Amino acid sequence: MDQLEIRNLHVSVNDREILKGVNLTVRKGEIHAIMGPNGTGKSTLAYTLMGHPAYTVTEGEVIFKGQNILELEPDERSRLGIFLAFQYPVAIPGVTVANFLRSAVNARRRAVDPQDKGIPIPEFRKMLLEKMKLLKMDPSFAGRYLNDGFSGGEKKRAEILQMAVLQPEIAILDETDSGLDIDALRIVADGVNALMGPNLGVLVITHYQRLLNYIKPHFVHVMLDGRIVESGGPELALALEEHGYSWLREEVQEA
Amino acid sequence: MQEKPKVVIRRGSRPTVAEKTFAFGRADVRAEGPLREYRERAWELFERLPMPSLEDEAWRRTDLRPMPADTFRLPSAEAYLDLAPVPEALLRPLVAERHAAQIVLLPGGVRVEADEALSKQGVIFTDLQTAEARYPELVQRIAGQVVRPEEGKFAAMAAALAQSGVLLYVPKGVRLEQPLHSVLWGPGNGLAYFSHILVLVDEGAEVTYVHEAASPTENADSLHVGLVEILLEQNAHLRFVELQSWGQHVWNFSHERVRVGRDASVDWIFGAVGSRLTKNFSELDLVGEGATGRMSGFYFTNDHQHLDHDTQQNHLAPHTTSDLLFKGALKGKSRSVWQGMIYVAPGAQKTDGYQANRNLVLSDEARADSIPGLEICADDVRCTHGATVGKLEEEPLFYLRSRGIPRPEAEKLLVEGFFDPIMQRIPFEGVRERFQKAIEEKLASEN
Repeated sequence: MDQLEIRNLHVSVNDREILKGVNLTVRKGEIHAIMGPNGTGKSTLAYTLMGHPAYTVTEGEVIFKGQNILELEPDERSRLGIFLAFQYPVAIPGVTVANFLRSAVNARRRAVDPQDKGIPIPEFRKMLLEKMKLLKMDPSFAGRYLNDGFSGGEKKRAEILQMAVLQPEIAILDETDSGLDIDALRIVADGVNALMGPNLGVLVITHYQRLLNYIKPHFVHVMLDGRIVESGGPELALALEEHGYSWLREEVQEA
Repeated sequence: MQEKPKVVIRRGSRPTVAEKTFAFGRADVRAEGPLREYRERAWELFERLPMPSLEDEAWRRTDLRPMPADTFRLPSAEAYLDLAPVPEALLRPLVAERHAAQIVLLPGGVRVEADEALSKQGVIFTDLQTAEARYPELVQRIAGQVVRPEEGKFAAMAAALAQSGVLLYVPKGVRLEQPLHSVLWGPGNGLAYFSHILVLVDEGAEVTYVHEAASPTENADSLHVGLVEILLEQNAHLRFVELQSWGQHVWNFSHERVRVGRDASVDWIFGAVGSRLTKNFSELDLVGEGATGRMSGFYFTNDHQHLDHDTQQNHLAPHTTSDLLFKGALKGKSRSVWQGMIYVAPGAQKTDGYQANRNLVLSDEARADSIPGLEICADDVRCTHGATVGKLEEEPLFYLRSRGIPRPEAEKLLVEGFFDPIMQRIPFEGVRERFQKAIEEKLASEN
């Protein structure tokens, strides 16, 4: 089954319910955008899908490849093909981009064959350089400590590079607040467009319509107060740009 | 008005000093050779000095009461023949393709292998007893001159009782490319090892020296007490790698000092992963103008280990530079103590001193104490220090796991990243590999 299916997802943080029944299906080859004002649960959805320990699922399931991924550890979800591009990537001092990515690649190989000796270094280097070239990145990037002292744009680039190397089937891009930095947005968009294809489904989370000028979604969803309240095509994003969220809020309240 | 509360301090009935005493006697002192008088004086000091107690400032965090002092005995001659042999891995060169010479100090014996080219250059690298017989003046020039037996019970003890040791002398202007290597191998139950390392690097000479102390972990507690005395003359340069992987039954004590002369330098690397308990005093005496010293420490403890490193960077002349970084990780119920001091003597202007200690505590029951200190008696100096004790954080772990890296491996990556600044300071791949292996073994250990 080539889709990620979120069914009636309820999530709490510190006993406060944030997601109140989210339903959404993302198929490979599709780009979905979730929009909504701050504090409506968009990032909670992203972190929950990846398995962050601070988020407690109280109800619902998320089915991918016939499994409820909510029962899996974050690393197992990743190896199954889920990827989260972090809004704020974490700095890992002392660990280079190359060393980190090689560990991630080897973890995948070992999950298939516990006896695997790891990817030969020349082969890994070649692959990494190719991906960096594809994303127009300087090779010296590989030797830097992961996200340590990176500019906002460099962090975004590093996230996209990880995505290119790990080749996920479902990628969640949490860009909630980073719409402020147009360069960073463009980096993410260019990367996604370069990697997009029939084997990748993308869920972009943003509250700025601007990002969608660069990544063209097939579907747009609006999240308000922990639920998806409206779904439509790209035209929905334009309507939001023009009219804001208040008309939707009123509609939801009336209903 | 409220009366001030009366503070009553009741001392528990438990004494703060060990009750057991060492079972060595005057007859154990080697009353011969050029160090006879020095040893006899040291013995008297040893007998007179009390066992360190928790009330002594330097020993406040290191408890000797559980040490079965009365059970330790000296190994007999050729004891090594019946004990675990030294593993081949310890004899392999660590810092180059090959070493110019190697000394293996064994219980009740010694093995010396030296390249002939060395003696042709006038380099002396031999065991202590041979050195006493053949180079008495040289031995006298160093022994007791850098570390004085008065400095403590254990300093006096090693001075009086050292059965084994090394003398390294590099003559003026000689620059050795290949490293020198010594191994102190101390297997066996209930044994006491006393070692004495003497080094003199003469004017303009340069050498790399690796000294390693190791043993398997045995059943009954053993003891090692060591002295390291190093003199660097004007413009001499020493790279000194000191590794300690004693079995976890060993009580390990040492007093070490490098005296650095004018424009001379020492790059001093410590690696400590062994012993039941270690108390190590390591000092840098920068006595000549332009002298520099760098100290880099790596330690990783687990189970019930207790490692206490007491470091001192003494700036005793103007324009001297010191740079210390000690980094350690702790597992199980282990404990580490780092107590560092930068001292700048009156008149030692234009001094640049730095010290930092970073700890990564990997279990709730482990504990690291980090106590930096500065004592500055000059006004035109730059001294900085830092000390931290931290844990593995959940956010970086989650980040790594979200890329498919299982938790144990993610933890390993973070630990390696933590140690990276120390690795960057070590110019020897073999030593870095050894530390890397230690990280893996410690992380994989159950306790």
